[in-house]
Amino acid sequence: MTFELTEGELIAERDVHFTRESLVRYAGASGDFNPIHYRDDIAEQVGLPGVLAHGMLTMGAAVQPVIDHFGDPGRILDYRVRFTRPVVVDAESGAELHVAATAAKDLGDGTWRVDLQVTVDGKAVLAKAQVVVRVA
Amino acid sequence: MSVNPELAGRQYPPTEPYLVGREKIREFAEAVQASSPVHFDVDAAAAAGYDDLVAPPTFTIVVQQRGLDQLLADDSAGIELHRVVHGDQRFNLVRPIVAGDELTVKFRVATVRPLGGNAMVSTEADILDAADVLVATSYATLVVGGDV
Repeated sequence: MTFELTEGELIAERDVHFTRESLVRYAGASGDFNPIHYRDDIAEQVGLPGVLAHGMLTMGAAVQPVIDHFGDPGRILDYRVRFTRPVVVDAESGAELHVAATAAKDLGDGTWRVDLQVTVDGKAVLAKAQVVVRVA
Repeated sequence: MSVNPELAGRQYPPTEPYLVGREKIREFAEAVQASSPVHFDVDAAAAAGYDDLVAPPTFTIVVQQRGLDQLLADDSAGIELHRVVHGDQRFNLVRPIVAGDELTVKFRVATVRPLGGNAMVSTEADILDAADVLVATSYATLVVGGDV
């Protein structure tokens, strides 16, 4: 299956909700048990604004709308992000991320670069979030 | 304690093999809110041409961690976990990781650069299968805080 993309085209958009349970679940699944991701007292001690989502959880969840659009995780050839702003996950309300994926550039050989905009309250939490996808 | 500038270029020995299990893939896929059936259903994975369940792209970090642990355990590196922040991450994926893979990590420190009072430690990890064929390379930059 071949996908026809147009530069600048919005190809997927999704709201992603994290709760404290999401963080504990990711800690167990990934083996990253840094307590700043589940203990308010330790987050406070080290000067953080609150318990934070794992950067790798944000990275892992943000690419899912792209995978769902293209239908096969094997189409993801390269994926990079820069972590620019921590995602604070409130004990009661959690955190709401907005993900928008845009077709950015035809890289040739049946591959495209797709850029992700990942925001919380309108502020970017990832920068240079780029996915190289096999479209053909 | 500060980061040893001589760390740049250091190559750690290959890690012991990591055997990728189906339940680990399912658990990880659920944790990153993945929904593709090839992460969960062996028949769906087979129908898509895979030998077994397919790991999400960022599962690579779980395997890479075995390499990073060598750096964190290296007393001469001068890196303490509680001072480390993940600056950026890139995965170059040759093929998806699938259940049954036995993966080793060849981890190295590429560069160490000062930035303000911090050190930017760029690392690279090659992930190889049981036939010693490259599956993925993981690039991570660690921002290591200076003495407080």
